[in-house]
Amino acid sequence: MKAWLRNGDVVSGLVLATLGAFILQQALGWDYLTPDGPGAGFFPRWYGVAMLILSLVQVVRSLRAPAAQSAHEGSSRRALICWGALVGCVLLMKWLGFLASVALLCWFLATVLFERRHGPAIAFALVAAIGFWLLFDVALGVSLPRGPWGI
Amino acid sequence: MDIAAGLAQGFAVAVQPLNLWWCFVGVFIGTVVGVLPGLGPPATIAMLLPLTHGMSPASAMIMLAGIYYGAKYGGSTTSILMNMPGESSSVITCLDGYAMARQGRAGAALGLAAIASFIAGTVGVVGLMLVAPPLAKLSLAFSSPEYFALMALGLSMVVLLAGASLVKALLAMLVGLWIAGMGTDLFSATSRFTFGRAELLGGIDFTIVAIGVFAIGEVLASVERQGSGQLQPVPRGLRNLLPTRQDLKESRFAFAQGSIVGFLVGVLPGAGSTIASLLSYGIEKAVSKHPEAFGTGVPEGVAAPEGANNSETGGALVPLLTLGIPGSATTAILLAALILWGLRPGPLFIEEQPALFWGLVASMYIGNLMLLVLNLPLVPLFAQLLRLPAHALLPLILGVSLVGVMAVSATVFAGLLVAVFGLAGWLMKRLDYPAAPLVLGLVLGDPMERALRQSLMMSQGDLSILVSRPISAVVLALAALVLLVPFARRLNAMRMRAVES
Repeated sequence: MKAWLRNGDVVSGLVLATLGAFILQQALGWDYLTPDGPGAGFFPRWYGVAMLILSLVQVVRSLRAPAAQSAHEGSSRRALICWGALVGCVLLMKWLGFLASVALLCWFLATVLFERRHGPAIAFALVAAIGFWLLFDVALGVSLPRGPWGI
Repeated sequence: MDIAAGLAQGFAVAVQPLNLWWCFVGVFIGTVVGVLPGLGPPATIAMLLPLTHGMSPASAMIMLAGIYYGAKYGGSTTSILMNMPGESSSVITCLDGYAMARQGRAGAALGLAAIASFIAGTVGVVGLMLVAPPLAKLSLAFSSPEYFALMALGLSMVVLLAGASLVKALLAMLVGLWIAGMGTDLFSATSRFTFGRAELLGGIDFTIVAIGVFAIGEVLASVERQGSGQLQPVPRGLRNLLPTRQDLKESRFAFAQGSIVGFLVGVLPGAGSTIASLLSYGIEKAVSKHPEAFGTGVPEGVAAPEGANNSETGGALVPLLTLGIPGSATTAILLAALILWGLRPGPLFIEEQPALFWGLVASMYIGNLMLLVLNLPLVPLFAQLLRLPAHALLPLILGVSLVGVMAVSATVFAGLLVAVFGLAGWLMKRLDYPAAPLVLGLVLGDPMERALRQSLMMSQGDLSILVSRPISAVVLALAALVLLVPFARRLNAMRMRAVES
């Protein structure tokens, strides 16, 4: 992989430059000024231009600066696994409901990320789900997505 | 309404049993959040904000403010016992607080921190009560151009909230402005940045962004860090938690200095409680007869910063409530909360919502007293939270975050959005993009655009309306001055380098 691709500042700068260009392109399609004053494109045009310029400044600066070794390399996998589990939990909510999905999330994180044994992890997941149900559903009346078993 | 009458009305609101309960809940949660490293008030308030929809604005504000100032009390516990700040504003307390704990004086350090927090927290509320009403009266003449200028001043605070890179802070703010602009434009009914999704026609709820960036982003960062510290023993019994008479004597100037410095720094938007505590510690060391002893466990080294970071809270509420300018991520979320409840923080706030303003002030007196009681005898109990394993704590935070999102919008789309913002929050942390400017842009973007467009409609497109009105011109000049701060810093650094060479 090319060295600059591993530089987060360059990549984030490029992503934001693309976003700035997108905002600008969209804003150009809306009214800039109308007889009543500024139109829908007035404000986005300005912050789109600013984002494009600043992100390019960011990219140039980062390319000129000596590449810094990331201090996080080894463990970002854990964060991504956790994030993937969260996305999975959200997708499962439609079928399993909130409590079962969150219980699965708790069990998964405890066993896979924190390497706990299955027994204690399942117990923790069940206690957490019951706690969520009692506190938020029963006591506070928050309307949480329900599963096929009604909770 | 004069201050005495206002305060009487405020206490009538604050002592209602329900409000006393929410005040207790707020300060209790705040203390817990302060003790737990990583989970800060912005994340907690964002997670709990959707749950306040059924509450009256006064009760909700009393609870959320309780979390805000309660966290400042709790933050010192982790600094003193683990040498790890529970809150960023308690980072400097690690120096002398942990040193005292290692000398077997953890009880005295915790007691000093609680007493300093109580004194300074109360001074901060007195300051808020005395400064906010006259400032609000001064700004009653505001119209759209002045509001635009105020929003511009608020956004210019980004330069003060920026970390190592001003460019990154500005980019984060611009992303906030972009998110704020999503949805249907109320002036022209144009759909902006909705990507053809009906769910985005009403824009993205602020809570979803805040929960994602702060709470989930923080969980992902914690999972990545896997850090742990060693907990110093906590003395049991109130007697062992009280500082000696000598400690109190040595800290008396620190109590006063921390209270005043903290409040003044708090009134300046953008400075924040970390700067308040660092500044107060620096002043205390500079005027001390034994500056060389700082860092080895002197009581003033705990009392000054802990006082300053509590007094700062009262100061920070002054620009928030009277001008509608948030100076930090937490106050930006509180501003969003007030807007969500249909209130208008700004010059008319105290006049339009006297019961809420004075009720909040009175509840802060009561809350500080509750915190003193909670933090002296119950410190050993709160310290046990530090033994809570990450494998239990982090999934629970994710679960509470999801409850917060589902309370706003019980859809898979909202859940996925919060996950996306969580990933963005984590990446921002990794790449050193500060989150506070994003929140500032998000909160101020919409009212700023509206004020600008209303101003230009008033002047039929003539931009000079923004500088031809005296208040607007002065506020815009102030914003320009704030924007020059980084250049002044750079010039000073160049001057220092020249002097050194």
